[in-house]
Amino acid sequence: MSWLTQFFSRQRSYDDLSEEIQAHLEEKVEELVAEGMTSEEAMHFARREFGNVGLIEEDCREVWAWPSLEDVLFDIRYGLRALHHSPTFTVVALLTIAIGIAANAAVFSVVNSVLLKPLNYPKSEELVALHQVAPGAEGLADFESGLLLSPSMYVTYSEHNQTFQSLGVWITDTANVTGLAEPEQVRTVAVSDGVFETLDVPPAVGRWLSPPDQVPNGPKRVMLSYGYWQRRFGGDPAVIGRNITVDSQPREIVGVMPSGFQFVNADFDLAAPLSFDRGKLILAGFGFHGIARLRPGATIAQANADLTRMLPIWMDSWSNGPGSNPHIYEPWRITPMIRPLKKELIGNVGELLWVVMGTIGLVMLIACANVTNLLLVRAEARQQEFAIRAVLGAGRTRILRGLLVESLMLGLMGGVLGVGLAYAGVRLLLAIGPSNLPRLNEIAIDAQTLAFTLVLSAGSGLLFGLIPALKYAGARSAAALQSAGRTISVSRERHRARNLLVVGQVAMALVLLMSTGLMIRTFDALRKVDPGFADPQHLQMMRISIPESLIAEPEQVMRTQHAILDRLAAIQGITSVGFASNMPMDGFDSDWDEIFAQDKVYSGDLIAPLRFYKTISPGLLQTAGTRLVAGRDITWSEVYSIRPVVMVSESLAREIWGSPSAAIAKHLREFKDMPWHEVIGVVQDVREKGVQEKPPAIVYWAPLVHNRFSPVARTATFVIKSDRAGTESFLKEVSTAVWSVNSNLPLASVRTMQEVYDKSLARTSFTLVMLGIAGAMALALGIIGIYGVMSYTVSQRKLEIGIRLALGAQGGDVLQMVLSEGTKLTLLGVAIGIGASVGLTRLMTNLLFGVTAHDPLTFVAVAALLMLIALFACYIPARRAALIDPMVAFRYE
Amino acid sequence: MAKPMQRDLFPGALEMMILRTLKRQPMHGYALVQQIKRTSNDLLQIEEGSLYPALQRLLKEGFVKAEWGVSSTNRRVRTYKLTAEGGKHLEREVSSFERMLKGITQVLAPGEL
Repeated sequence: MSWLTQFFSRQRSYDDLSEEIQAHLEEKVEELVAEGMTSEEAMHFARREFGNVGLIEEDCREVWAWPSLEDVLFDIRYGLRALHHSPTFTVVALLTIAIGIAANAAVFSVVNSVLLKPLNYPKSEELVALHQVAPGAEGLADFESGLLLSPSMYVTYSEHNQTFQSLGVWITDTANVTGLAEPEQVRTVAVSDGVFETLDVPPAVGRWLSPPDQVPNGPKRVMLSYGYWQRRFGGDPAVIGRNITVDSQPREIVGVMPSGFQFVNADFDLAAPLSFDRGKLILAGFGFHGIARLRPGATIAQANADLTRMLPIWMDSWSNGPGSNPHIYEPWRITPMIRPLKKELIGNVGELLWVVMGTIGLVMLIACANVTNLLLVRAEARQQEFAIRAVLGAGRTRILRGLLVESLMLGLMGGVLGVGLAYAGVRLLLAIGPSNLPRLNEIAIDAQTLAFTLVLSAGSGLLFGLIPALKYAGARSAAALQSAGRTISVSRERHRARNLLVVGQVAMALVLLMSTGLMIRTFDALRKVDPGFADPQHLQMMRISIPESLIAEPEQVMRTQHAILDRLAAIQGITSVGFASNMPMDGFDSDWDEIFAQDKVYSGDLIAPLRFYKTISPGLLQTAGTRLVAGRDITWSEVYSIRPVVMVSESLAREIWGSPSAAIAKHLREFKDMPWHEVIGVVQDVREKGVQEKPPAIVYWAPLVHNRFSPVARTATFVIKSDRAGTESFLKEVSTAVWSVNSNLPLASVRTMQEVYDKSLARTSFTLVMLGIAGAMALALGIIGIYGVMSYTVSQRKLEIGIRLALGAQGGDVLQMVLSEGTKLTLLGVAIGIGASVGLTRLMTNLLFGVTAHDPLTFVAVAALLMLIALFACYIPARRAALIDPMVAFRYE
Repeated sequence: MAKPMQRDLFPGALEMMILRTLKRQPMHGYALVQQIKRTSNDLLQIEEGSLYPALQRLLKEGFVKAEWGVSSTNRRVRTYKLTAEGGKHLEREVSSFERMLKGITQVLAPGEL
């Protein structure tokens, strides 16, 4: 008999079996009657001789191939019926599980999409970022992304390496596109040869940019992103070969990249060639991101060694101009630290996501504890049912399996509900999540998330099912039947499991509340930091870029910018205006260079420390609310006469000259053929890179300076102070004013300083919100848990309490008795929780600011708060106990 | 239920006795129990029902065949019959049991220690 026919014929063979057993019994009875027994006696005797019919039939069935499947089917039917019979329990348990699972599935989908899944490039494990550090370069420590590559470095690495299949450099920028509709500022990526080959994603239409496109002064070409192609050209494949005007220069479209393609973490509209002029390259210009694809089998260590080997070649091949020392960068101790591209892309968000995942996991444990408690109470109430089933022939394993199947079903049903909720949860996460989260567009509930949810549902089902099942499946049948559920006082042993669960819940809730508390303190500390600007919600900002192809003459650029300021200032309701090469926290790349002070000696080849510098217009400081600590602001007449004056930040003044006032009338410059600039003002420190970062030392140049490289800031953020900042009518007037000066100037990154400030706090506020949600859930579940257990205890001990009261105990005594029991549990939980917190909050040290991971104030406050709320949760059942009427209690039993 | 000398049979003993009994002649379940009880002179206490799971196991292994028929007392019964394979199995089991029994008896024999 094959297993298939066996399976399908099983019902018939079971019928055969029943018939056979029935016939056996009848034959026996007949024989016994013939021996002189009454038929009743005979029936009784025959059954006793035979044994438990149900059990034997089951044993017989188990012989055949599919017994467990069948039993499980039965258990499922039985379980569904049992759940159906207690709707309140089922709804409460299901909701608890579903919410817990939804939260976990949602966070997991983010963790999976951002951290676990490989990047969206072919063989992405071969991709690396050419990250390098330069520990010997003072001031470089502030560089967020280490030491980027210079074009000459790229050329050297590209030509001499032995460990890469391909490598290239790229940089993000913006450009003005005109001639299509309104002038538009678009996001561009400039790429060297090798970048497309490295990423290895084929174009959707046309071809990649190729080496001939990289020839300086050669034909101008460009590629489109899928989004831009759809938006501006309606996805028309005939765009290949057409020209568009980028920064007032026609460029031929050669290809379109496919949907979803990104340059590492950069969204872009256009990709243009970098076109380095080999003959003019110098050592410096460390502004390019390097990316490479390792040869198969090559390791990162080998690649690092390869770069280290090539650094001397680089220094010997190039210089910083005739007569300069080619080994000028040796003291920088440039060290390659190649990273997998994925790690580079994810950055430090991994830690944050794991902390969130961990806290949400704890919430799930607390939820499981609650459901376990419910199941324990329910199992207690169902003891009689188990006893009856045991008497009817169900073995211990059978009952245990039934209970497990039931809780497993609860878990799985909760999981199904949870997945539904998780879809909403992911959208919520994306809405409140930091908008600069890497790989944001890849986040989705996918097969892995569903598999995770399935495992989680089944796992939690088993977890909360196992304790009650093990505890009650052991059929103490006789005792259970006899007592018939009546209890005078519940034995300690029966309470132990529930008490342990409550202690665990309190401990876990405490850990979560601790981390929430620490985040609140962090957020508070961050809000109290003076960022170096004031009244951000009334500061309107926008980026305007004037390309060389539009206005070549530097002074003319500055005059145009000044004209824009004048037009803007004329708008009603505007108090003051100004512009800067970039504003604090706005995320645009910052500029750094060596700054020499006239009264300091820089020995030999030693280069001066790199300093952060920016260009600001007169009036910008006043507009932004940045205070002058000493001296005065630059005036427009000084700008027009190109007077060599400069301002510095307070930290720079203190570092070089000891105090802000000492800096006034001192001189500094950027390089040798620049005149010495007189320091006329010292500006308060500004948190350029975010509130949690140390304010950098800054040099503030005027809008027009003696600088052969960058006499003006062609791209600048215009800042307008107005009560109407951010409103639509206001922005319309602003753009009209700008276009009245030059109609080819698009406005980009239009936002208020408040938005920028909030975004810089996004990571912290996201963590705070997530931990807050987790903490609130944990607190609610924990309170419900402790309340439930105390209530149940009181209801079970009604008779005992009634007797105590009847014997003369006062209501107050009873109240105290119940309260002290609750307090004991809570105290134990709090003690364990504090111990656990000491170990666990350390994991979030990097997320904290202005507070240590073991902040005593937070610890004491959170512990006290939790104690108080837990006591309140105990107080309600305790009061109920104190008000028990002995007469009613006796009658009830 | 008085079972004074109750001792569990070792695994496989019941199956062996069933096969041995069926070797003599095909029988239905009830007759099989009575036969085993009788031939053991009621020394073996067998719960009558326990016969059936054992029969199912033998059916599954193909050591016995079952057929519905009518008994001598004119009752619809399922009659079990030893198969050739069952016969071989019985021989193997009996010889291995005898070896085991011999070993145990030698160890238990008085005066030899």
